Amino acid sequence: MIRFILLQNRQGKTRLAKYYIPLEDSEKHRVEYEVHRLVVNRDPKFTNFVEFRSHKVIYRRYAGLFFSLCVDITDNELAYLESIHLFVEILDHFFSNVCELDLVFNFHKVYLILDEFILAGELQETSKKAIIERMGELEKQD
Amino acid sequence: MAQSHHSKEFLDLIKSIGESKSKSEEDNIILSEIRTLKRLLSKPDIPQRKLKELIIRLIYVQMLGHDASFGHIHAVKITHHANISLKRTGYLAVTLLLDQDHDLIILIVNTIQKYLKSDNYLVVCAALNAMCRLINDETIPAVLGQVVELLNHPKEAVRKKTVMALHRFYQRAPSSVVHLLTNFRKRLCDNDPGVMGATLCPLFDLITIDVSSYKDLVVSFVNILKQIAERRLPKSYDYHQMRLPSFSENYTCVTQIKLLKILASLGSGDKRASEQMYTIIGDIMRKCDSTSNIGNAVLYESICCATSIHPNSKLLASAADAISKFLKSDSHNLKYLGIDILGRLIKINPEIAEQHELAVIDCLEDPDDTLKRKTFELLYKMKKSSNVEVIVERMIDYMINLSDNHYKTEIASRCVELAEQFAPSNQWFIQTMNKVFEHAGDLINIKVAHNLMRLIAEGFGEDDADADSQLRSSAVESHLRIVGEPKLPSAFLQLICWVFGEYGTADGKYSATYITGKLCDVAEAHATDDTVKAYTISALMKIYTFEMAAGRKVDMLPECQSFIAELLASNSTDLQQRAYELQAVIKLDPQTVANVMPMDASCEDIEIEKNLGFLNGYVQEAFEKGAQPYIPESERSGTETAGNYRGQEHHEASTHALRFEAYELPKPVVPTISTPVTVANSNELVPVREPYYPSEVHRPTSVVSSGRDAGSAELKLRLDGVQRKWGRPTYPSTTSSTYVPDINKSHDGATLRDVVGSANPKLQDVTYNVKRQQPEVPPEKRKLAASLFGGASKSDKKAPSAATKGSKAKSHSSNKSAQHSRSNSADVITSKTASQLLPDLLDLGETSVSRMEMVDPFKQLEDLIDSDKTPAHGLVGVDVPKAPDMTYADMMSGVETPLTTSGEGLLSVASQKDMH
Repeated sequence: MIRFILLQNRQGKTRLAKYYIPLEDSEKHRVEYEVHRLVVNRDPKFTNFVEFRSHKVIYRRYAGLFFSLCVDITDNELAYLESIHLFVEILDHFFSNVCELDLVFNFHKVYLILDEFILAGELQETSKKAIIERMGELEKQD
Repeated sequence: MAQSHHSKEFLDLIKSIGESKSKSEEDNIILSEIRTLKRLLSKPDIPQRKLKELIIRLIYVQMLGHDASFGHIHAVKITHHANISLKRTGYLAVTLLLDQDHDLIILIVNTIQKYLKSDNYLVVCAALNAMCRLINDETIPAVLGQVVELLNHPKEAVRKKTVMALHRFYQRAPSSVVHLLTNFRKRLCDNDPGVMGATLCPLFDLITIDVSSYKDLVVSFVNILKQIAERRLPKSYDYHQMRLPSFSENYTCVTQIKLLKILASLGSGDKRASEQMYTIIGDIMRKCDSTSNIGNAVLYESICCATSIHPNSKLLASAADAISKFLKSDSHNLKYLGIDILGRLIKINPEIAEQHELAVIDCLEDPDDTLKRKTFELLYKMKKSSNVEVIVERMIDYMINLSDNHYKTEIASRCVELAEQFAPSNQWFIQTMNKVFEHAGDLINIKVAHNLMRLIAEGFGEDDADADSQLRSSAVESHLRIVGEPKLPSAFLQLICWVFGEYGTADGKYSATYITGKLCDVAEAHATDDTVKAYTISALMKIYTFEMAAGRKVDMLPECQSFIAELLASNSTDLQQRAYELQAVIKLDPQTVANVMPMDASCEDIEIEKNLGFLNGYVQEAFEKGAQPYIPESERSGTETAGNYRGQEHHEASTHALRFEAYELPKPVVPTISTPVTVANSNELVPVREPYYPSEVHRPTSVVSSGRDAGSAELKLRLDGVQRKWGRPTYPSTTSSTYVPDINKSHDGATLRDVVGSANPKLQDVTYNVKRQQPEVPPEKRKLAASLFGGASKSDKKAPSAATKGSKAKSHSSNKSAQHSRSNSADVITSKTASQLLPDLLDLGETSVSRMEMVDPFKQLEDLIDSDKTPAHGLVGVDVPKAPDMTYADMMSGVETPLTTSGEGLLSVASQKDMH
């Protein structure tokens, strides 16, 4: 199960954070700080997995942004690594050539996409098309 | 496309945040934004678009780590809005701003109920999304009915989210949906593969908990897996695949992985179920596209599955092939998986690791920490006596430079475990442990130190006294070398002090003066650590008493004297107590001292014959003289059916309930609860009659019958005892001993003595005292019980090492209680009756143990209120004033470092565009 998903830039600014387990605010800040510290200085050649407390963080870097998923220790690392990539592709498709600024200004939309992608800590939809269509329907209602 | 929706204000806000140079500048911007939002949100009639943006700005404020609670109610309000876009924004806001236990959740439940009925499936989806995040145990019943209906919704997206929501309910409050679990099975046959895939999540959870009731699904799972692998999928699925091949590929893989996980737990240890899976797992392994990440993910998962089900040689062979592919790969990710699988395979086939030696060593030396740790995990699994030295050495080297306390703890405890299991020699063992303690002492559970103490005391199990004393000497010597080092962890110092105290002078190599000098240095260097000081003073006492027992004169070093003087005035009662004990003990004559503090007796077992069988004769005599039998509490409130053996258990159960109520009602007279039969009898009969039966029943002796005769005559008396049962203040020793076992002992010691002598007719009672329900036992009985226990040990005392040999794995309680007994007996001596006690001194130690038992009822009551308390509390208290858990908790809290963001650079516009 996914515990949380974080989008952070190299400076450690959180661009998006979604928690699937209840945490205190102070704890969330601590988690964000620690995860950033864990992933930011890793060599690109290294594994994309880091142990984090009693879980593991699967991260992937896209330009200046780190996408980090915290999952259970028994979960399949590569599968989650791929799902990060899928998420980025969906974002890229939705914002047509996504950049960090898109995420900054439209973070609420990123959250909506994420809600279509992951629900209750599980991947619920891996079809890019389905998610984009759903988002289109929502946009129409604006 | 994106920016167009926002007002200039919002864009400016984000821009200024991006351009701010420092954390305080950012904070100022946000604070003024908060003021603006507060003002704007409280206005009536905000235009819809504006309102939506305000809510989004609110989320932004919270995301930057500021308190947005002033806006929570607005976010909740907006979920009621008619406009669907606004409503969705509202839901988004509440899911991000609130958590499941927030007070406002109850307001949201109302709207959720309404929107679950909506015709617009997007609204239903929004409600389901919000529900997954926000529903809690209390609100589940409010929506459950509607949610279950949605399982048949025509839109597959809704069905899927419904399944997920039910899964969430199950995680949160299993009991609330336990009657709905069959729905998950049904949804497995949903014609939309997405819904089917979602169903696998809850099923996986259910299967992990209870494998056996889902064995029938093996066939279905295998079939689904086959369909996916052979791409024979339902229509809608093909549709996806044709349009977006790579992603539906992705999708099948996610489902495959889930299915393989499920099969792994279903097939584990079940040959028949496993046989059904072999073909399909083999197929998947073969067909996997090993050039893509997701293909390797499936391959990895199928190997995991193959290693956890009943082994099949063909599958394992292809698994071994895959390992070499993974390990040879350049990708660290694949190497990592290779090491992981190797760790799994090694359990089935230990030889397999040898082929990959070099690759494993490479991974071990890789600068990538994750890979390194995984490899250590593998090494740990590969442990055997021939390689343990190398493995542990590696682990320790790595551990020394670690800054991550969480992992350091883990690796340290692994080192300890390996060393304990496979140590090739005593010296090596002691040295390894010293290293571990030196570098990670504060992270290790204090129990490890206790275990080590016991190990040193008991030796390695062989009946080889030489080897044992050699072990001890080498421990003393190595500790003497290390003790001067600065900054040793507390646990290690405790260990050192203990070893010095027990064995510092044992082999005659070092003089008492030398050792005590070292001890004083330790205490001086760690003046703030009370636990270490306690260990130090205990060690001093041991050394002095050993010296006295050996007939030498004790010359206390001036620094020892001042140390003792300091402790005599210490704020800690524990330290004070120890200091006084020490003072008292060294004033005694050598022979007494030798009895009080026997040499190398920390492992002596102290046995208690709990049912005091040896007193039966005495009891019977008392009965014949017309004494009254003891009536355990449980029998005091009902049951005429004395001879009923079954009644015993029944009583046991009802006692608990009764006792719980007894707190509120002063009299334990609740006849209806225990036996309906007695209801007819008047109330006053009840407390009087029942007493002695059930307990007597299982006592085989003739005491039983005589007890009954005598009992019925004087029933009235028992009532007093009953009413006084909660009179806690009368037994100060009981309560205090739980926490500070030593405090009252000296007084008790004296009183207990007196009671032993006096013939009390209620001996029978004592037996039951021990086992349960003391509360209503009058004080004098209590003392009697305690003193009897002291007497009891006289006959039971074991010859020193015989019982303990080879019992390494036993908990350290025996060790503790022995020490306990020492300090105890020391107390006793300080009381005036000292000289006459001599033969019994050690036995009195047992009174303390028995008193622990007596504490039990209170403990039990406490447990009723606070189930967290551990009953063993008191035992550990003697040498370790801080409970071990405490230390552990401290250690764990140390894992987290405080958050300091001020140093972080702020986002500059330049870096924002990095992604291009």
